[in-house]
Amino acid sequence: MNQHSPLSDARPLLDVQGLSKHFPVPGGTPVRALDDISFSIGRGEVLGLVGESGSGKTTIGRSILRLIEPTAGRITFDGTDLMTLKGRAMRQERRRLQYIFQNPFSSLSPRMTVGQILTEGLDLQKIGTRAERLERARTALSQVELSPDTIDRYAHEFSGGQRQRIGIARALTMAPEFLVADEPVSALDVSVQAQIINLLRDLQLRLGLTMLFITHDLGVVEYICDRVIVLYLGRVMEIADSADLYAAPRHPYTRALLDSIPSADPGADRKRITLSGEIPSPMNPPSGCVFRTRCPHAEARCAQAAPPLEEVAPGHLRACWRPDVAGQPL
Amino acid sequence: MTDLNVETAIAPAPRRKVARRGPIVRALGRFGANRYAMTGLAVFGLTLAAVVLMPFVWKDPNGIDLLAINKPPGAGHPLGTDGIGRDVLARLLAGGRVSLLVAGVSTLLSTALGFFIGALAPFGGRFADAAIMRVVDLAMTLPPVILLLVLASITGPGIVPTIAVISLLSWPLLSRMVRSRLLELRERDFIIFARGAGAGPWHLVMRHGLPNTIDILVVYATLQVANAILLEAGLSFLGLGVPPPAASWGNMLNAARSTVVLQSYPWQWMFAGGAIVLTVVCINLIGDGLRDAFDPRADLE
Ligand SMILES: Nc1ncnc2c1ncn2[C@@H]1O[C@H](COP(=O)(O)OP(=O)(O)OP(=O)(O)O)[C@@H](O)[C@H]1O
Ligand code: SF4
Ligand SMILES: [Mg+2]
Repeated sequence: MNQHSPLSDARPLLDVQGLSKHFPVPGGTPVRALDDISFSIGRGEVLGLVGESGSGKTTIGRSILRLIEPTAGRITFDGTDLMTLKGRAMRQERRRLQYIFQNPFSSLSPRMTVGQILTEGLDLQKIGTRAERLERARTALSQVELSPDTIDRYAHEFSGGQRQRIGIARALTMAPEFLVADEPVSALDVSVQAQIINLLRDLQLRLGLTMLFITHDLGVVEYICDRVIVLYLGRVMEIADSADLYAAPRHPYTRALLDSIPSADPGADRKRITLSGEIPSPMNPPSGCVFRTRCPHAEARCAQAAPPLEEVAPGHLRACWRPDVAGQPL
Repeated sequence: MTDLNVETAIAPAPRRKVARRGPIVRALGRFGANRYAMTGLAVFGLTLAAVVLMPFVWKDPNGIDLLAINKPPGAGHPLGTDGIGRDVLARLLAGGRVSLLVAGVSTLLSTALGFFIGALAPFGGRFADAAIMRVVDLAMTLPPVILLLVLASITGPGIVPTIAVISLLSWPLLSRMVRSRLLELRERDFIIFARGAGAGPWHLVMRHGLPNTIDILVVYATLQVANAILLEAGLSFLGLGVPPPAASWGNMLNAARSTVVLQSYPWQWMFAGGAIVLTVVCINLIGDGLRDAFDPRADLE
């Protein structure tokens, strides 16, 4: 795979090859949530995963931790093939990979104190004595900048932003190396979103974490991510360094997403493409290029076969049949 | 957009004394503020105290006073005597003990049974769920009266068989309620986290299932006490519950099967009937109060 980020080692920490997930639908065609997804993340890197609602972002994040069982694919973490691990071994490995959930209301039990929430994972994994677990919980609370006496309170006493901090602290108690942050701020007030993003950024740098940062907001990506994957209907459209992606998107879909970010400069007279039409159903995706039903550049061959993901510049991959639209400002 | 360096504010939640209380304590606080529920609790508490303590100071419920047969309430026998000269008050108190014991124990049993079966279904895997729900469906479709009669005729009369029959008859309803609550809970992210960390069915049932169904259990248990009292009375009325000479509210009411007793000696059955009605009403008031108090929406204010 391509590792051009300055932060990545020679061997990626996480490598995903050919990941597919088809959710069976009783008495119907399966939902093809993911189709042949491949990417890798270097140690210490933050990889953004961008796409509209339903594009399969959560499915990728959960498949990596095997919270969802993928239909096909190989997931290698630090040299270990996670797909072959069973029961106990997988649970132990999973300490090193933690998940931050999108919805801070459904991610914390309403019937447990913060202390119980933070030590549950440690209890289950039988890590340390009771005192040590509580100590770890307090450390994690200070890492997310909550006061230690939070520990006796119930999650419902906190605001969304504070709850999300508790969710992050829960992940930190397990001393992970890799975090999946699944739209960690999309359920929060705009006023606290920046705080949580900054917190994650600080933690990532301070603890040397590797992170898969899921979002549907390209605006956030530029700030926190080294590289970005653009996902559409369970397929990868484009992978690039974030700076490259913003400066010179190579895929019509990425272009459309970037154009949909409200511009700070209302006078800018850029020719914008806007996404028209509905996202097709993942039960019945379009033939060939899945984006063709909404692509302004679609032509006959786009319907015939899916374009392969090809490197068009160093470290910059995209899946599109038309070289003539590549890289050009539209 | 690059300037996200807004000051990271540490916002400790405002310290309020109430904020320290857990969800169960808060629910009990709401219960305490409910006047009907508290009245029910007070009257039920008095009944319970009387039934438990009074037999020590009052007459022997099986003592026969041959000079006072079918005596109406009056001096010496405040609630009268029955057809063989036993004191009705003494029998009412002793019968209350039996009836409340049967109700209490069978409620504990059927609550435990109903909870574990209902909670294991969603957390024990797809096969366990399907198998358990078949059994529950079967148990619920059998007509209760027939089931009751069959079970009772197998076990015969007596306190222990009565408890067993009532317990076996009552759990499926609770299992259904617990299961449907936990099916919803199962999709929540905190359960997904726990599973990822290695939680097995036992952990999920005890650490997540139990605290999240406590409201259902409390309400079911109170209403089941009332239900069990009535079932015991019904069984005794059919001659299958607690057999004489031991007293129970049910078998005292049973005396009213005789038209003579029904018409001429109303004190022999009226007080037992009254005790049943009063207790059931009290328990229903308590149950309604608990249901309101544990309503999860009440926490949202
Ligand atoms: N358990 C499931 N059963 C059936 N279909 C599912 C299931 N989970 C997800 N899907 C489908 O898979 C597709 C991808 O879902 P996913 O949750 O991964 O999207 P997402 O990109 O995370 O969206 P969002 O931004 O809304 O969180 C969707 O079409 C969704 O309906
Ligand atoms: S392959 Fe065709 S339809 Fe797909 S993005 Fe390229 S031009 Fe558009
Ligand atoms: Mg999602």
